[in-house]
Formats: sequence, C-alpha cells, structure tokens
Amino acid sequence: MFRHLIGKQSGKVKNIVERGAVKKFAEAIGDPHPIYVDEETGHKSRYQANIAPPTFPRVFDYGTIEGLDLPNKGLIHGEQTFHYERPLLVGEEILCYTVLKNYFDKLGALGEMGFLLIESYGEDSDGKIVFSSTSTVIIPEAVKKVMVG
Amino acid sequence: MSILGELKIGDSLDEIQLEPVDRITLIKYAGASGDYNPIHTIDDEAKKAGLPGIIAHGMWTMGNLSKLFTSYLEEGFIQDYTIRFKGMVFLHDVISLKAELAEKMGNKLRFHVQAVNQKGDQVIVGDVIYHQYLD
Repeated sequence: MFRHLIGKQSGKVKNIVERGAVKKFAEAIGDPHPIYVDEETGHKSRYQANIAPPTFPRVFDYGTIEGLDLPNKGLIHGEQTFHYERPLLVGEEILCYTVLKNYFDKLGALGEMGFLLIESYGEDSDGKIVFSSTSTVIIPEAVKKVMVG
Repeated sequence: MSILGELKIGDSLDEIQLEPVDRITLIKYAGASGDYNPIHTIDDEAKKAGLPGIIAHGMWTMGNLSKLFTSYLEEGFIQDYTIRFKGMVFLHDVISLKAELAEKMGNKLRFHVQAVNQKGDQVIVGDVIYHQYLD
C-alpha cells in the first residue's frame, strides 16, 4: 500500500529542545531528575547544560512524507529504537526529518498486516547527526481496508 | 570508576516498581508527547478499537524504563535503546522496571531491559547500550 513511497524523505524541520517541554516530558515519564530539569545541576555537569531524556525525540516535529497519510487510530507500535552520538542538550536547535525505510505486507494474527519501517533523524546546527530512531508500525488488515476506502 | 563499571555480567540495577497506572498519568503523557491517540485516554475509543479499556502508550512505558539509568548520565549516556512492545499495559497495572548487565564491550555496557506487569508478563523488552565516558 505504501511500497511506492519507500525511500521518500520529509523536509527538514527546525525544532528546539525547549526547557519547558523537557520538564513536562520528564515529569510525564516519572523521571524529573535534576540533570533534566535543574539549571544549576545542568550547568555544573560535564554537559554544562541540562540534557533531555532518551525518548524525548518523540516530541519533535519531523515534517511529513508526501503521500504517507496514516490514521491516528488503529495503528500498532511494534518496535522502537534510538541511537545517540551524544545526549540532546536543553536549548539547542535540532533539524529533524524522517524517511520511509521499508514497507511490506505480512500475514499474521491480525490478517494481512502492513509493516512500516520509519527512520527519523536529528541534526545539530553543524549538520552532524545527534540521534536517529526507527519505529516499526503495524497496520492491521481491518485498518488497511478502511484506509483504501 | 562509576558503579555501573563495577557491575559483573548478570548483575542487575535496582529494580523500580511504578505506582498503579492511572488515567491522569496517561493524559499527562499524551500532552507531554503530543500523542493524542484516544485509545490511551478515552474508554469509548478504546472499546471501539476492541480493547477492554484504555491502554498506556508503549512510549510511556519505554520512557519510564530509561529512568533506571538516569542517575548514571553524568558518567556516560544511553547510546542505543531498542525496545519491542510485547504486551499491553492497562489501567491499575503495576509495572516493574528491570535491567541486567548482559555484556561488556570496552567502555560500552549492554543491558537487557524489560518492564513486567503484576502477573510477571513482559510488556516491553529490549537492550540498552550505555556508553561510559573514558575521561
């Protein structure tokens, strides 16, 4: 269903690792550690800044891949990975984008399911990749049928 | 040398048991993450999707699990974090977070990590590679 979009990339979107967003996120995962939220702790740390929790990139805007129109309901998150070159620093600017790495259909418990492999990236202001992440998203057969219409 | 560096293969970090999952926690995560899929917050939507009730965001559980390592983030960082979502987390579930050292590769430590529910079923499982700073 999305095979023709394999390799397509979104435009790069500027994101800021916002202090308030990091605090809210750290609290939402029950981890308001000073290294994330306390300015003085951050300043005195080896990073000389606060850092963001490893799953914080969930918050970023990665832009959209043209034609990859997914419903906000009915999808199943199968797997998730993050790879970091260094932690994200509070206050820094990150350019984010996403690529459809693969799409295939597979027979499984929920009928002929669609599997999307989406890879996302964050670059710093020097153009160096800070993190990459992959999400495996499963589209159950019933949802696929509705999407085709 | 940090405490993590002194661990032996098979040693575990201190386990954390979370408070029973409640709705406000999931509403907060929805707001903080921007994931407003209603099966995580609204009963009717969860039922329409064929679920017995609302379920936690998989990323909420994954976010929680990473806190086993937070107090070690001055001596190193999480270089790789890989998770497979295996089971659903429902309201009132009591989730325990665990990490066990599986492998040492120079200054990199690979941990098996998992979150299990009150029945002992794994809900998420995966690996963390913790990169220790050498200086």
